[in-house]
Amino acid sequence: MERAALPRRLTWQLATVVELVEETARTKSIALELEGWSGHRAGQHVDVRLTAEDGYQAQRSYSIASAPEDDKLVLTVERLDDGEVSPYLVDELRPGDRLELRGPIGGYFVWEAALGGPLLLLAGGSGVVPLRSILRHHQAIESTVPVRLLYSARSPAEVIYRRELAGVAADGAVDIRYTLTREQPEGWQGYGRRIDRELLGEVAWPRIERPLVYACGPTAFVETAASALVALGHEPGRIRLERFGPTGG
Amino acid sequence: MAALDGNAIAGTLVAVFDTELTTAIGACASCGRRSLVGEFAVYLRGPGTVVRCRHCTAVVLVIVEAHGVSCVDLQGLEALEPAA
Repeated sequence: MERAALPRRLTWQLATVVELVEETARTKSIALELEGWSGHRAGQHVDVRLTAEDGYQAQRSYSIASAPEDDKLVLTVERLDDGEVSPYLVDELRPGDRLELRGPIGGYFVWEAALGGPLLLLAGGSGVVPLRSILRHHQAIESTVPVRLLYSARSPAEVIYRRELAGVAADGAVDIRYTLTREQPEGWQGYGRRIDRELLGEVAWPRIERPLVYACGPTAFVETAASALVALGHEPGRIRLERFGPTGG
Repeated sequence: MAALDGNAIAGTLVAVFDTELTTAIGACASCGRRSLVGEFAVYLRGPGTVVRCRHCTAVVLVIVEAHGVSCVDLQGLEALEPAA
């Protein structure tokens, strides 16, 4: 029997931290090695579980930042100061440490070549993480589907994957627009406000092109994006949303 | 309290039902609206996980986990159809 045909129960497995990369002052990318990883689809996430010495367990979901084609599984985690899990992952974790995780999980917020495009990716803050997986996958399979990314961050210093995104944009492979909502550098040419209908009207592909939309970010960002796009005439059935909120951490 | 999406509990759903459910379609028993499970509103901060219909806000699913046992209340769902 082919291996792929075997049903696979979702079980907790141990992953070893092989590399930590500081993306911004509050976010780190955690590269993991694990045996028997079944591979993932771009946009999926994993559950991470921490167990305290007294047996107390806390569990959170984190988006996968790497492409299915990448060597290592990478999670990018933002520290939430009152969180139970993220401060440990961002501040305490060291290479060689082991983490319990299960996944990959989710079939809803996923992009694959067969789904086509054009792709409109909308990122609010660390909502860029699963979209980075989609971008890397798009690049790895040399997809010709046009992609546009709108990334909303508070300030230039809070832009995650800054260099990588600049590289992709310079290649001309992806059209990347930024809106910096709190602090803009001098001479800033991009947007400088929270997303709204007018901004999305300028950035989104025309509705006649029926873009496939993936919006990920805080609840308010995602809901503004969804209602503005629907008001602009985009099809609700082609808009996929992933909200994250203070329940994370 | 801000709601997340059904995809936030994708892992819990697989653990309970042993299959990926976020792309399944659930029909709300209260208003009949059919929606992807990944699009339901999910509240994680209570003692259990509460899932509501985004259209009428009725509770469609409750999952409580204690001591390794999951208690699942599906009474708010009229139907749950696996993805095609």
